[in-house]
Amino acid sequence: MMKTAIVIFPFLAIAAVTLSQTKPGDVANGRRIFMRNGCYQCHGTVAQGGLAGPRLAQTKLTVAGFTAYVRNPAPGSMPPFRAKVMSDQELADVFAYVQSVPPPVAPANIPILNDDAR
Amino acid sequence: MSKPKTPNGRRNFLKGAAVGAASFVAAPIVMAQQNPSSAPTVEVAGNEKPGSDFMVDVLKSLDMEYCAANPGSSFRGLQESFINYGGNKSPEWLTCCHEESSAAMAHGYAKIEGKPMMIMAHGTVGLQHASMAIYNAYADRVPMYIVLGNILDVNYRRGNAEWVHSVQDAASMVRDFIKWDDTPVTLGHFAESAVRAYKISMTPPYEPVILVADGTLQEEPVKEKNLRIPKLVMSAPPQGDSAAVVEAARLLVAAENPAIVAGRVARTQKGIELLVELAETLQATVKDQRMRMNFPSAHPLYGDPGQLPQSPNLSDFDVILGLEVQDFWGATHRQTPLNRFGMESTPTTRPGAKIISISAIELNHKSNYQDFGRYVEADLAITGDAEATLPALIEAVRKQLTGDRRRVMQDRGAKIAEAGRKWRQQHRETAGVGWDASPISTARLSAEVWAQVRNEDWSLVSFDRMQSSWPTRLWNFSKNYQYIGAQGGAGIGYGLPAAIGAALANRKHGRLTINIQNDGDLNYAPGVLWTAAHHKIPLLNIMHNNRAYHEERMYIQMFAAKFNRGVENGDIGTALNNPDINYASIAKGYGLYAEGPITDPTDLAPAIRRGIERVKAGEPVLLDVVTQPR
Repeated sequence: MMKTAIVIFPFLAIAAVTLSQTKPGDVANGRRIFMRNGCYQCHGTVAQGGLAGPRLAQTKLTVAGFTAYVRNPAPGSMPPFRAKVMSDQELADVFAYVQSVPPPVAPANIPILNDDAR
Repeated sequence: MSKPKTPNGRRNFLKGAAVGAASFVAAPIVMAQQNPSSAPTVEVAGNEKPGSDFMVDVLKSLDMEYCAANPGSSFRGLQESFINYGGNKSPEWLTCCHEESSAAMAHGYAKIEGKPMMIMAHGTVGLQHASMAIYNAYADRVPMYIVLGNILDVNYRRGNAEWVHSVQDAASMVRDFIKWDDTPVTLGHFAESAVRAYKISMTPPYEPVILVADGTLQEEPVKEKNLRIPKLVMSAPPQGDSAAVVEAARLLVAAENPAIVAGRVARTQKGIELLVELAETLQATVKDQRMRMNFPSAHPLYGDPGQLPQSPNLSDFDVILGLEVQDFWGATHRQTPLNRFGMESTPTTRPGAKIISISAIELNHKSNYQDFGRYVEADLAITGDAEATLPALIEAVRKQLTGDRRRVMQDRGAKIAEAGRKWRQQHRETAGVGWDASPISTARLSAEVWAQVRNEDWSLVSFDRMQSSWPTRLWNFSKNYQYIGAQGGAGIGYGLPAAIGAALANRKHGRLTINIQNDGDLNYAPGVLWTAAHHKIPLLNIMHNNRAYHEERMYIQMFAAKFNRGVENGDIGTALNNPDINYASIAKGYGLYAEGPITDPTDLAPAIRRGIERVKAGEPVLLDVVTQPR
């Protein structure tokens, strides 16, 4: 995640100007966009991450950083999603959705993960 | 080769039948009744044995347990001999509904049992069906004993079906991806080639072989004198050159931070133990590509598999030893990713890093199919079977160790173990994300299964890449039958039949066999579920049902976004929904106990418990679990 933050930094100023026109994110619409546009395919339906994409739930990014990264992702990561495909408002909604996902259950509270098998 | 007894009579009869069929269907029978002398001379076998009985004697001498086949007229003689003359034992006949199932079952069986299963097929249409599964076995370096039926002599082809089922050179269709084949023209020739085929298949690198059983040889009485079955003498596996092995040891002992990349190293439990011995002697990280069960996953020297063990991060190492590595170049380079244009590649290893390879696959390179990967600019390349070469390498390493190097290695080993504790904890924490999600997360699925099998003698016979490698990240693998890797050729349709073949091999050992089954893969030839039910092969199938050919769906989405065309059409041609497929209903139709679709994660544990009870009673079971994509 640290590498991601470094990569997106140059884009933040541009993104901030654009994003000033967006409304606060709508969680329900964000989930709809997240599913409709296939974000879940790599990141999982609750943004938990997986083989093809990192965890987004409770991301440490700001909405500006999040949007900037989606517009200009790092080489080797996701495809770039332009405004024609997802507007800034839609990305703000998606951001609100991934932020709304409940925090993960700690392994200490999951008996079958909290063992000494390995 | 014996000839038909009454060729003229046969031809006259067929000619009469053809004329009669064209004009009046009952004519040949009426004619025969009116004039019995015009009927063909028919020999009724008495005490004579057909050639196929001798073929059975030959094939029995190779001690193969099973023969999987979809029935075909070109090997009817051999099949009849197997089940009656041979008593349907060693090999026992397995009824398959598709030749791809036969071959993939043999693939899975061999990876558990360490020896080939026989399959039979028509030399034409049957082999065409089986070909992809044979390619998978070839690319996965797995032995398979394929017997094809064919009628070479035109005089013996009865009607159109036998003409369209006959071929000049049956094996030519797959010769690019088998190791050896022959078309014997006498029974003596058959015996020699049958024994030779087995020996070739089982000499590393293991590969499929083909033996064509000519129809006439099968069905006509034995006329040859002094037939005998040659003695089978297995070849010792090829070892690496001794001087090169000493040089490899020198590089490894002198290294500050060596890594061992394990591809298809361990053919046996002994292979696992040897790799542990080498790693512990060097205190080196093992990066296991998970193409076989190579190294205990709970071992302190086991490197973080991440989510994609096939592509290990090797940037920290100054000497990299690759043992039977698939695509070693790909493991040490990065290429321009899909979301960019053009193609450039850069090494991912540190400057000056030394690369050593030990592999037997260079003994069997072919030209057409490109499974050999890009040319590896190794500093030291050793041709030889890795498992067979490990004892000499371990000995050479020990001879070169000094007290100073031992201390360096001990410090290194402690650091690797500490890093291991951290990444294992990190994987557990990540597994908790989306723990209660529906569709069910692959981490939850894997953890729930592990919780119920960890105290059993278990065997996971599916590869776990499609589940973000969660079993690799959470389970404790230590025995050679607990993991068998993937398809080899990345040919989909392998998973279910290979799992059933592996479960068949596990059955006599009393192991609890688990298959986490991808939905797209199951739909290629689901009839093999019936084979599992019919032959009472105990196996717990747990669907990873993400309702898509998901990798392809991601590709389409990636390209649509790359070209700024919107991503809403990504499901076209890739999704498996509308209607959703009910895998429990399919399985029940084939005679299995099945439950699902399961969408609530809290329903998972009780369903797994019920499934295990059924499997322990000797049944195949399918639990349809609707899952997250990865």
